Amino acid sequence: MTQTLTRPPVVDERVGRRNPLQKLLGRPEVGALVGAIVLFVFFASVSQTFIQPNAFATVLYGSSTIGIMAVGVSLLMIGGEFDLSTGVAVISSALTASMFSWYFSVNVWVGVVLALVVSLGIGYINGWILMKTKLPSFIVTLATFLMLTGLNLGLTRLIGGGVSSPSISTMDGFASAQAVFSSSVNIGGVEVKNTVFIWIVLVAVASWVLLRTKVGNWIFAVGGDENAARAVGVPVKATKIGLFMAVGFCGWVLGMHNLFAFDAVQSGEGVGNEFLYIIAAVIGGCLLTGGYGSAVGGAVGAFIFGMANKGIVYAQWNPDWFKFFLGLMLLLATIVNLIVKRRAELK
Amino acid sequence: MKTLSWRKAALMAAVVPMLALSACSSTGGKPVDAGSNAGSGQVATTDRIKIALITHAAPGDTFWDIVRKGAEEASAKDNVELLYTSDPEGGRQAQLIEQAIDQKVDGIAVTLAKPDALKDALKKATAAGIPVVSFNAGESVSAQLGAFTHFGSNEKLAGAAAGDKLKAEGLQHPICVIQEQGHVGLEARCAGVKEKLPETEILYVAGTDMTQVSSTVTAKLQATADADSIIGLGAPFTLTILKAVTSAGSKAKVASFDMNADLAQKISDGEILFTIDQQPWLQGYGSIDALWQNKRGGFKIGGGQPVLTGPTVVDKAAASAALTFAQQGVR
Repeated sequence: MTQTLTRPPVVDERVGRRNPLQKLLGRPEVGALVGAIVLFVFFASVSQTFIQPNAFATVLYGSSTIGIMAVGVSLLMIGGEFDLSTGVAVISSALTASMFSWYFSVNVWVGVVLALVVSLGIGYINGWILMKTKLPSFIVTLATFLMLTGLNLGLTRLIGGGVSSPSISTMDGFASAQAVFSSSVNIGGVEVKNTVFIWIVLVAVASWVLLRTKVGNWIFAVGGDENAARAVGVPVKATKIGLFMAVGFCGWVLGMHNLFAFDAVQSGEGVGNEFLYIIAAVIGGCLLTGGYGSAVGGAVGAFIFGMANKGIVYAQWNPDWFKFFLGLMLLLATIVNLIVKRRAELK
Repeated sequence: MKTLSWRKAALMAAVVPMLALSACSSTGGKPVDAGSNAGSGQVATTDRIKIALITHAAPGDTFWDIVRKGAEEASAKDNVELLYTSDPEGGRQAQLIEQAIDQKVDGIAVTLAKPDALKDALKKATAAGIPVVSFNAGESVSAQLGAFTHFGSNEKLAGAAAGDKLKAEGLQHPICVIQEQGHVGLEARCAGVKEKLPETEILYVAGTDMTQVSSTVTAKLQATADADSIIGLGAPFTLTILKAVTSAGSKAKVASFDMNADLAQKISDGEILFTIDQQPWLQGYGSIDALWQNKRGGFKIGGGQPVLTGPTVVDKAAASAALTFAQQGVR
């Protein structure tokens, strides 16, 4: 008895095609994107100035100074770790470049290169201690944060004789370094700060690494389950140390911008900024527990922060309420993010 | 192979800066020998005494460098061992006072930015017979808390002086930029300006992040096109504000409070209108010297009134003289 069996077409749900809309809604950054659009429409409706091109350039600049760091911090968070030393590490980098160049009276580019070495070194040390001791990154980087805060103040006073680094604006190489790290590009009559482009490039590179390379898979793997990742042959130690060094690199970029935008650096600056970077990454859909998130999400998170921060000024609201509105908006953006993601996962 | 290339990279990173060391900068950098004329005079013949200088300075604020320099210079002359401590948080500043009492100091100079938190600790100090001088902040509560005199500038008067000066320049709509929300002294300065110029607007910025100071000021200037002037409440902030104003193409005039060498230079160049200086060096110097005088002959300077160290207006005409001293770190 031969019989032609007509099997129903069974497709494994893990490899089956998903509804494109559902796929889109499942992306980590989509909630933040919706939040960003809501916030944009809101500020555009309460303030005439907000939608003018030059005002928008200011918003982008404000966002970029958070966003550059948020790139590294997002990647690190996907890799399952925190870095609380980022805020002051930015200032450490700027101080290294300016104090070294000033003290030895050398071309500022020498200081810039040295600052890069120092920034990557801070990242390396953070990662190395973390892997060596297996302590939570919260503790390790909290310690680095405190030590760097002290070093910034102590060394600056020791070398420069004050708490602010001396101005290096007249030194050789300053003009070219300023052109690289802090200049403006005129686009249709609007001056756009080049940090905005640096930010976009960094986000693009980070996204490519995350989604298209082997290293990207490693990052998701070590953040999802470190032991499982090690068992399948992922170089966990190198990946995590590399992530901390990537954060260090971002800190160097922002530190150099700080230095060349304002000529001198206050050694007490930067404290508290580490939370802004983490907030940006979290709003952008990176999970605090690791293994999930995107670089674009961190960028959208920074953009939300920049819009809220500057939008309140454009809307001319009573400044006494500034921090309250900021907090409220951050909360709302995160809730929108959460709802959108849950909906997408339910379907 | 891989480790080799890593080592190479590390070696490059170490060697390249060394090589570049030979590429010296022809301008700027550390002065070959700054020289110092502080503390080179004769030292008082009185016995060595110990004085604690306790401030509410946040770490890394240039203003307090100048206060400290004044105090150090007075200490050098008066044969004083100076114990400098600071904590921006009121409760911890009170603990510093108690520690000074434990160390059996001969005098305490203290800033009273948070008088309520320091009340009890200062009571202990006076009970222990330690003379107290207050400076910088807390003029109105100074005598009440047991200090025999106060060295400082009245913040509201300073604000009013700035307002008058702006008015004289024909300006009437300033933006007053506060770098620390909720800071009593800074709020008083802006209130003083507003008293003279009712159109004054207040802008709060995050003083711990210069990029945010810059971008928030740019945003405010774009939102308030009719503002004709902008005031920074500290020298480093004013310099950042000046850059933001220039790059935003705004015509707003810039004015400032406090002083440093770069600021004095910009005033003398005419890029910044003026600054209101409270002469912090005098506050540090005066406090230590007053305590020494008290030890020397039981003197109490000031006649129960505060000794005013400001406000003094430093405009273009006065800037070049101030510049020399600012470069030495005493203005």
